[in-house]
Amino acid sequence: MLQEESDLSLVIAQIVQKLKGSNLYAQLERQAWASLQRPEIKLQSLKEDIKEFFKISGWEKKLQNAVYSELSVFPLPSHPAAPPEHLKEPLVYMRKAQGSWEKRILKSLNSMCTELSIPLARKRPVGEQKELLNKWNEMGTDEPDLSLFRPVYAPKDFLEVLINLRNPNYENGDSLSFRTHLGLIQVPLKVKDIPELKEFFVELGLTTGQLGIDDSTQVPPELFENEHVRIGQKVLAEQDSAAAQQYIRQGSPTALRAELWALILNISSQPEDILYYEQLKTNVIQHDLLVDSLIYKDVKLTASNDDYYFVFEDYLYQVLLCFSRDTSVLGHFAYNSASPPKSYIRGKLGLEEYAVFYPPNGVIPFHGFSMYVAPLCFLYHEPSKLYQIFREMYVRFFFRLHSISSHPSGIVSLCLLFETLLQTYLPQLFYHLREIGAQPCKVSIWFLTHRTVP
Amino acid sequence: MSRPKNQNYKGHGLSKGKEREQRASIRFKTTLMNTLMDVLRHRPGWVEVKDEGEWDFYWCDVSWLRENFDHTYMDEHVRISHFRNHYELTRKNYMVKNLKRFRKQLEREAGKLEAAKCDFFPKTFEMPCEYHLFVEEFRKNPGITWIMKPVARSQGKGIFLFRRLKDIMDWRKGTAGKKLTSLEAPPARSTVNPSGSHDARSSDDQKDEIPVENYVAQRYIENPYLIGGRKFDLRVYVLVMSYIPLRAWLYRDGFARFSNTRFTLSSIDDQYVHLTNVAVQKTSPDYHPKKGCKWMLQRFRQYLASKHGPEAVETLFSDMDNIFVKSLQSVQKVIISDKHCFELYGYDILIDQTLKPWLLEVNASPSLTASSQEDYELKTCLLEDTLHVVDMEARLTGREKRVGGFDLMWNDGPVSREEGPPDLSGMGNFVANTHLGCVNDRNNQLRQLFRSLQNQKKVSS
Repeated sequence: MLQEESDLSLVIAQIVQKLKGSNLYAQLERQAWASLQRPEIKLQSLKEDIKEFFKISGWEKKLQNAVYSELSVFPLPSHPAAPPEHLKEPLVYMRKAQGSWEKRILKSLNSMCTELSIPLARKRPVGEQKELLNKWNEMGTDEPDLSLFRPVYAPKDFLEVLINLRNPNYENGDSLSFRTHLGLIQVPLKVKDIPELKEFFVELGLTTGQLGIDDSTQVPPELFENEHVRIGQKVLAEQDSAAAQQYIRQGSPTALRAELWALILNISSQPEDILYYEQLKTNVIQHDLLVDSLIYKDVKLTASNDDYYFVFEDYLYQVLLCFSRDTSVLGHFAYNSASPPKSYIRGKLGLEEYAVFYPPNGVIPFHGFSMYVAPLCFLYHEPSKLYQIFREMYVRFFFRLHSISSHPSGIVSLCLLFETLLQTYLPQLFYHLREIGAQPCKVSIWFLTHRTVP
Repeated sequence: MSRPKNQNYKGHGLSKGKEREQRASIRFKTTLMNTLMDVLRHRPGWVEVKDEGEWDFYWCDVSWLRENFDHTYMDEHVRISHFRNHYELTRKNYMVKNLKRFRKQLEREAGKLEAAKCDFFPKTFEMPCEYHLFVEEFRKNPGITWIMKPVARSQGKGIFLFRRLKDIMDWRKGTAGKKLTSLEAPPARSTVNPSGSHDARSSDDQKDEIPVENYVAQRYIENPYLIGGRKFDLRVYVLVMSYIPLRAWLYRDGFARFSNTRFTLSSIDDQYVHLTNVAVQKTSPDYHPKKGCKWMLQRFRQYLASKHGPEAVETLFSDMDNIFVKSLQSVQKVIISDKHCFELYGYDILIDQTLKPWLLEVNASPSLTASSQEDYELKTCLLEDTLHVVDMEARLTGREKRVGGFDLMWNDGPVSREEGPPDLSGMGNFVANTHLGCVNDRNNQLRQLFRSLQNQKKVSS
């Protein structure tokens, strides 16, 4: 009991520390000072009265949401003596694999750089800056020559790396045995089986209503849909993040989806968020990065090439170009097995004072990266809000889909889960696919790295 | 059976009773070589006839109609895909005239409020005859943009925008000079383009010999609803089986056609920004042919619902229903309602930023050429369901409210979604039987429909 209590107080202390630096803290302080004017605030019961005031005015709810937001990315409890890299990834062999994968990506990027004689970054001449500013809302009309650029890697390259992952402590022997996995992923990670999944996704059970199923044309709306929509509106009125997350497990009404997601991610467009986005935009205007061309190429190859006409191409540039320059994203590397690539000022290789992260946000876009942003464009139309939503989703969820880790929501576990389920419940299909050379993971790697939100 | 042209024939052939008998095979004819041909060829029991053979069903083009309809005898069961004088609805100047007349009539009979329901077309003036009326209106609203459209051309040809009288004074001088010489497009016959879309409505029904090109000047909608910064219009399909009484079906599917470039009012010369016909967009340098620039209506409806909520979307779609019905009602008395005729119209609707729908025009020959796989499926299903409703196979009872993707929208009166006798009190919860942009589970519905029809037949025989 004592251990738990001290763990809890440690967590509280860490979160308080984190929130002290946030804008919310400053606002709460201001609000507290301003509330002294109010008649109901008495000196004798100052603390209680201010707490009560916060509760009524909705500020307590905002604080609650912020705490909830921090908890969602809070690392799992670990040994106090564990080094920080254990937070990123506890298994050594996984860390090593991620490290060598990163080296490969960087090599590829650097060689492209040398081949094309294009600097990693350069300052734009004033004329070019003006031109870009004018074209900001229609960058899709730009047709730069991208023929020499190639994506740094594609999901299938990444899959090759995953296939070759081996736990050195787990001896399979050279020959195939019944213990060898028939699938591509050969690491012994624990994945949930169907009973566990049923428990985990209890809201998808047959006796619980879901939107998308229980609001189809044949089902009268009184049975489920109307009530669920009403609850959704209530959740939004209360502005409760945790409640929204629970609510949405039964599906989100179309009209409420944008607001619900924003609430869950604790995104509200404050003036400083808009300013921050504008600052990023200025960075884009002033400097050109090599990764920008990779982004352009990716958008043209994927989102713009959609069979079903993707109309929001311009938004993608407005989000992704800014994203590359957002150094606040670096914070997520504390719990991501990946590490941001470092670049050195010319001539100062190895000298830490002259090291910068490249790209500034530490994330090198790969083939299909823009597809992470694409679905969000249907919900959010204000660029800074769309940006915030995407960034938050990336640092909470999407990064796990393209880094090598043992995390249960990481791509390795997802692939293994997929293969195991298929093998267990549809063995004939699994076997057939193997026979015809279409390993299920190979076939669905694109889906797994893009459509699953852990 | 049909008699070919130049033969004034009446009265030949078996006299048929009122009941429609099932035919062993249905002979069809068409000159279109696109999705329609695929659908017709795949229909069980339908055989193609070529050249001068006799036919039971003809999906004709309007030029053939103009030349031959009046001297073709058709048996009772024969069906043809156009009404003789469809241009009352589909030629821009006639449509405007009919709508204006109908509006006046409504105002007399039912008051200003009811007449206001006809205010879905922007102020339009026929040129050159209403030129002076136009100038009056122009002077009342300085600085707004107007659009000039030729009445009888399609695919975006000949359209231009203007803001100054000077621009059209030059044009007027130009046209006046061209009055006696042929204009840019071939005026009389429309050549059937085997590979191209078939929106060509030639300047048919000319009373005078000289092919004078008429235009309409219309107030340009400067605040269109934009998606992704782009302008778009909606293509909706309405099937009219008869005008007297008025029987019209609305297809659930359709699409939004996007302009490939971002919308701005600053360059009214840039055709590519403003005109959303696929034909025009296809020539834009940004256009990628394999993709097309269309959204299915279901996606459009869902997108709007996520942005504005379900109620606003309901209102918009019911306003669109109003457009379809009122436009058809306005020509009800002038169109020759021949029982052999049916027509599949392509309505072009523009939505503005206040979510008000505007009628741009009605096409009698909407393009049946597919621009993508998705488009191919839509048009194939549309045509299959059209043929189901036309019912050459005499399977339907005539009391159906839904056939595949078609919902019966008007049956000599509004059609309600609810079963049972209509609530004629005018109040109450009348919900129209339209499902534009909604789920189209036509396969299921058709399966159930034909199964139950078969059972009914078994019972009654």
